[in-house]
Amino acid sequence: MAAPASTQTVDLVAKFPDSVTADARPGYTGFIVKKENLVEVATAIRDEFGYDLLTAATGVDYIAENKMEMVYHAYKTTGGAGLIFRVQVDRVDPVEIPSLVSVWAGVDFQEREAYDLLGIRFTNHPDLRRILMWEGYEGHPLRKDWKEPFFEEEAKPFKSRWPDGQHTFAENKNPFRDNLNFPEGFDPEAYKPENEDDLYASLERFRSKGDDDRLKTDHIVVNMGPHHPSTHGVLRVAVTLDGETITGLKPVMGYLHRNHDKIGERNTYLQIIPYTDRLDYFNSMSNNFGYVTTIEKLMNIKVAERAEYIRVIMAELSRVQNHLIFIGMLMNDLGTMYTPSLYAFEERELILDIFEAVSGARMMCNYFRFGGVVRDLPDFALQKIKDLVLERLPAKTDEMERFLNENEVLVARLKGIHVLNAEDAIKYSVTGPVLRAAGVPYDLRRADPYSIYDRFDFDVAVRHNGDMMDNYLIRFDEIRQSLRILEQALKQIPEGPFNSQKPAYQVRVPAGEAYGRIESPKGELGFYVISNGKPNPYRYHVRPASFVNLQAVESMCIGTKIADFVALLAMFDIVMGELDR
Amino acid sequence: MVKAFLGLSVTWKRFWETYTDDISWMVRGKKRYNSPEGIAHRSSKDTKGIFTIQYPEEQLLQPEEFRYVPFLVYDEGEEGKKEVRCTSCGICAKVCPPQCIWIVRTNDPSTGRPVPVPTDFYIDMDICMNCGFCAEYCPFDAIKMDHDFDIASYERNVYNLNKLLKPASYYNSIRPENAAREDEARRAKEALKAAKAEAKPAAA
Repeated sequence: MAAPASTQTVDLVAKFPDSVTADARPGYTGFIVKKENLVEVATAIRDEFGYDLLTAATGVDYIAENKMEMVYHAYKTTGGAGLIFRVQVDRVDPVEIPSLVSVWAGVDFQEREAYDLLGIRFTNHPDLRRILMWEGYEGHPLRKDWKEPFFEEEAKPFKSRWPDGQHTFAENKNPFRDNLNFPEGFDPEAYKPENEDDLYASLERFRSKGDDDRLKTDHIVVNMGPHHPSTHGVLRVAVTLDGETITGLKPVMGYLHRNHDKIGERNTYLQIIPYTDRLDYFNSMSNNFGYVTTIEKLMNIKVAERAEYIRVIMAELSRVQNHLIFIGMLMNDLGTMYTPSLYAFEERELILDIFEAVSGARMMCNYFRFGGVVRDLPDFALQKIKDLVLERLPAKTDEMERFLNENEVLVARLKGIHVLNAEDAIKYSVTGPVLRAAGVPYDLRRADPYSIYDRFDFDVAVRHNGDMMDNYLIRFDEIRQSLRILEQALKQIPEGPFNSQKPAYQVRVPAGEAYGRIESPKGELGFYVISNGKPNPYRYHVRPASFVNLQAVESMCIGTKIADFVALLAMFDIVMGELDR
Repeated sequence: MVKAFLGLSVTWKRFWETYTDDISWMVRGKKRYNSPEGIAHRSSKDTKGIFTIQYPEEQLLQPEEFRYVPFLVYDEGEEGKKEVRCTSCGICAKVCPPQCIWIVRTNDPSTGRPVPVPTDFYIDMDICMNCGFCAEYCPFDAIKMDHDFDIASYERNVYNLNKLLKPASYYNSIRPENAAREDEARRAKEALKAAKAEAKPAAA
């Protein structure tokens, strides 16, 4: 297990004695920055200390202390431990914190999320609207005093289930309307959805003012989605068009929002694991991995040696199948309906067969436990993995490349389109293959190794043009590197127990906070968990890769053709389960 | 131009294999379709040609660990008596992530103390997320995950004790290895208990 990242590598207090104090709460690390000096300190953290990548920003509601807190996790793209800094303000509405969008543009969506779910207002944010809930929604669901419809108890397990568990349907006990909050004087019968002036107004800033000498034409607004075959789910994108050229673009999300964070806070630590499967449902193994490593950090336990290898094998198999699907689905969006994607699905099915054999389910694996995995990797499954990794998958990857790489249409659609340069990619907190295709060799398996990735010999796949062709090709590079890791893991995997802990349906997690992150196939998947020693987490937050990566889309698309945007969405490899949570 | 044909050759190869593989199975006098052997081949590393399983005529072979909604195990006693393994300890209800398990514990009417058998047991199958925690943490091997996944219906699926109970022989048939291992462990535990009980009066 990787050692808990030390944050005291820089002395921020010495630099800003008046505005920064070290966080002295037990189990916490990092610095507390005064609200008034936040932008100044953040600029210094970025420019002087070199923390150029702000990956996670999230709010916490400390209702007992009557405080609201915003926690930021900044990292260097050259690797190493991160820097945690936070702002605390009184929990009195309006809760206001200065926005950091001017320092790290990549904090945009996460600030909007904190505004939406916790009601923290960010002053000087360019576009502070709700992001996951809809405009006009009353209340902020992640506040500790907010209760969902069909609310039963603060935390699971519910007392009504045992010992006298007479079954009732939730809606009978708790009629739907009874615990809905409506704004003062709100009449649901007379409610007419407001037109989305705010949304379209935010597109306005990109509109050309018509001061060139070309023909003056009207721009039209097109809503792609939420039901559009190319948006990989229920993502809606409001686009203004000048002919075929995009002049303004805003992603609108939340159609699949279920408040994963709140569900997690009601759950016990163990109960969260199957819910993480449903984040990025292509890679439940990776999601499990990220969550359990975070909790293991908090619990400070060692993972069984064999389990570490099983975990790496599963996570890398998951990456291989994810990238195969990515290639297939990119082709689908480019118009090569079905043939490449079905070729990709064939290999994926074989990998899912393995997942099913070891975990019991093809997609919702629920395979990882604190300290190890559920059950041992049986010999026949190990043999099957060996067959695939050593024989079939390398050949099939080559075949896929032979099949597509030189295809004239594909090259024409991808080469030189939607170039994302390294600087912008870092600015927008983009991680994962998209960042590496832009020329930044930032891979958490190398930059901040977790689990046992430091034992394997592999290269960080990197390409330098940042266009869509590189983004496409880097997936092949990553598949090859994953196969390399798998080969070594299969050779080295030791015998022994598959879990270092005794099976327990409730775990004790000492009080404190932890931010765990792994390199999921889509980018950095982070989990921020605060424990107060109780059986369920006080705060549980997911930093999904798709959600944060999507921020770069807006600036990349202005001035390009709408048909290319379809390809761009595919290239970001978004998954709505993770994006909307 | 040449490279375009290189790409096409892949599709052509796949097209060709679709038929050659069928023919080679036919020549060898084996069934590629509707036979367990053929299905196993299509899910193996050597598969080429047609890959799909013609559900529902054919079904994928389920690995032992495959899990779908839970059921309760009972041992078949004398004269068809159902000896329910569940003691209504409530661990499955507590560990269940979506909280879809409801247990009514039995109390002895004369003493008011709990009796280790459930009066009723409900699982809301519409809420169950098939995570398998209940089966994993049950200390009595009383609740297990099923293999039967065709449970779609027009009604809401709240299963009661009667509907949940399935015999141990059924469990042994769907998960032979697990059942054998658990039986072994249970026997060892009982033997240990018996040995202890024997040792006690001797010591006294």
